[in-house]
Amino acid sequence: MPTQEYLQAERAQLWREELRKTIKNKERTDRIRVKMPEVDAKIRSRTYDEVNMGLTPEQAQAEAQRCLDCVNPTCITGCPVEINIPKFIKNIERGEFLEAAKALKETSALPAVCGRVCPQERQCESQCFYTQKLGKEPVAIGHLERFAADFERESGNISIPEIAASNGIKIAVVGSGPAGLAFAGDMIKRGYDVTVFEALHELGGVLRYGIPEFRLPNDIVDIEIDVLKQMGVKFITNCIIGKTISQEDLKADGYQGIFIGSGAGLPNFMNIPGENLIGVMSCNEYLTRVNLMQAADPESDTPVQMGKKVAVIGGGNTAMDAVRTARRLGAEKAMIVYRRSEEEMPARVEEVKHAKEEGIEFLTLHNPIRYEGDERGRVQRMVLQRMKLGEPDSSGRRKPVAIEGDTISVDVDEVIVSVGVSPNPLIPSTFSGLEITSWGTVVVNADTMQTADKAIFAGGDIVRGGATVILAMGDGRKAAKAMHAAMSGF
Amino acid sequence: MVKFEIEAPLIAKSRKAGHFVMVRVGKKGERVPYTIASSDPIKGTITLVIQRVGKSSEKVCQLEPGDYITDLVGPLGKATHIENFGTVLCAGGGVGVAPMLPIIEAMKNAGNKVITVLAARNKDLIILEDQVRKFSDEVIVMTDDGSYGQKGLITAGVEQVIQREPVNLCVTIGPAIMMKFVSELTKKYNVPTVASLNTIMVDGTGMCGACRVTVGGVTKFVCVDGPEFDAHQVDFDEMLMRLRAYN
Repeated sequence: MPTQEYLQAERAQLWREELRKTIKNKERTDRIRVKMPEVDAKIRSRTYDEVNMGLTPEQAQAEAQRCLDCVNPTCITGCPVEINIPKFIKNIERGEFLEAAKALKETSALPAVCGRVCPQERQCESQCFYTQKLGKEPVAIGHLERFAADFERESGNISIPEIAASNGIKIAVVGSGPAGLAFAGDMIKRGYDVTVFEALHELGGVLRYGIPEFRLPNDIVDIEIDVLKQMGVKFITNCIIGKTISQEDLKADGYQGIFIGSGAGLPNFMNIPGENLIGVMSCNEYLTRVNLMQAADPESDTPVQMGKKVAVIGGGNTAMDAVRTARRLGAEKAMIVYRRSEEEMPARVEEVKHAKEEGIEFLTLHNPIRYEGDERGRVQRMVLQRMKLGEPDSSGRRKPVAIEGDTISVDVDEVIVSVGVSPNPLIPSTFSGLEITSWGTVVVNADTMQTADKAIFAGGDIVRGGATVILAMGDGRKAAKAMHAAMSGF
Repeated sequence: MVKFEIEAPLIAKSRKAGHFVMVRVGKKGERVPYTIASSDPIKGTITLVIQRVGKSSEKVCQLEPGDYITDLVGPLGKATHIENFGTVLCAGGGVGVAPMLPIIEAMKNAGNKVITVLAARNKDLIILEDQVRKFSDEVIVMTDDGSYGQKGLITAGVEQVIQREPVNLCVTIGPAIMMKFVSELTKKYNVPTVASLNTIMVDGTGMCGACRVTVGGVTKFVCVDGPEFDAHQVDFDEMLMRLRAYN
């Protein structure tokens, strides 16, 4: 947490005090939460345009007025990167939008990304005074974050955070996804000489190959990475640490610290009959073809199958991304097949809502048991086992149990399997000195993100197995703080 | 077929026999895997031999000396397991002889007796014969039309050797259908066989699973678990089917 003294000193500034007096708290809390304007579902399910359109300045200021600028801002405790939330919101309320963006950048390397893809309803907004004490809808912190970041970008006055004098210490970052970018941003601010190595030909990791443009446009990712470049972070694409350059090579080149943010790798399959038929693929393959390789563009050399009857297996955010992508690529029937009920779905509520508006069908309490193909090996139908909910399992969710003998057969021409990923095996198999779990994740000290090798830190999916952009960023920040402390002898 | 010498000092230094690279030409280009034929760590170059078979290989083959490849990354995959097995029979078909070359060399240097069978449709498609001879104790050339060496399929050459003397390991690289027949033959004679598979890939780093094959009843990823597998365990029919996914 940022220190109480710092938060209180900021809150005690004259402009904040006066702003609090302009509207009575009763009046603030009586207001209704702003609604994010969206492109109409009928139109958007045929285009790749971003679904959420963003707030107008008037909407943003009105929403910012709802924030009570609490003495004890509990919202910050819900943010993995500890953004000074009241500070940026109050700057929006008084119309200082660029100042609001600066406040975001104090602790977040990617505010425009976070404003779009963070599950705020489970983080900052779940800890908001409105949610906790008033039983009302929380201040729309996520929408406001996006507004401030977008305003700054569109204004052309993008501020570059302050950088400490160079200390000449070389740091290597493995992977340019959210964990690596957050780490790189914090280390460059502290004066380190930071180089990020990326295996693919484009930067951004999951932000690029995973999350579709209708949720996170590539331009937004480019601009946030560009700010890091202007801050002095060096990026090298097409370079696989452990393969192109070894751990020893990095040491020999004078790198004194390494942060591993190599992300999730191997997609999981269910190991059921017919899973290797043509037309059955992992969500990683599908989304990589469409997002990274732009396969839907007729000029792209990379092909992608554009199914008319598409089933996506799974209930997470990636499953929603895949099924909504399939719809945009012309699927007449696009289905989610999930073995539990909607209540247990790990996807964000907003994503499920958007998917339903776009005509996605939900086959909950169904689980595929086999796929059947035609004589050319192309998938034709799936056989689903009907399920019911039993006793709660170790995750606390009610366990899905098969209803014996109750199966249905559904025609499909494309199946996208989205049942999780395992950590990328490249680093665990090529690095020495790390402790690796049987799942293939790297073991770290949870407070410092330090691995068994004191010079190596790690974060994101390579540690967690599968999580969110913002948790990966939180790991990156934590690792940067701890590596800096270790290197400067604190 | 075109031979490329590509400046890539880091890959030239770190690659081993059996490794592949991903190549992309142009901003709209596809990522395509090619197994490395040889490298010169002092010059900092790697060599690829590429056959025109489709849009993406055609794009690579249109490059002129001095041109840049938009994206090149590697080395990827697991290196070939090299040891002194005794007698190693290398069966390479068509362009598959190029990635076979570093294996022949490494097997020879490990003390093996190396017998190589080179096969192609006709004389013009037999490649790298001189380099192969340099590291092989014996070379048998097979052509479909009999325009060079013996007339017949690669399997005829392989069978000659197996019937003649004990073979401790067979390594086969070439078109999937050829590897399937070589594998069926060596299985009959109980000769352990390794095949280097060339499946469709997107990222090549273990992320997408497009390259999956069934080996011994278990799904494996060619990019990170391979590209070389026990040929007798590979489901070649499924692999051939999956290779036609975008045809």
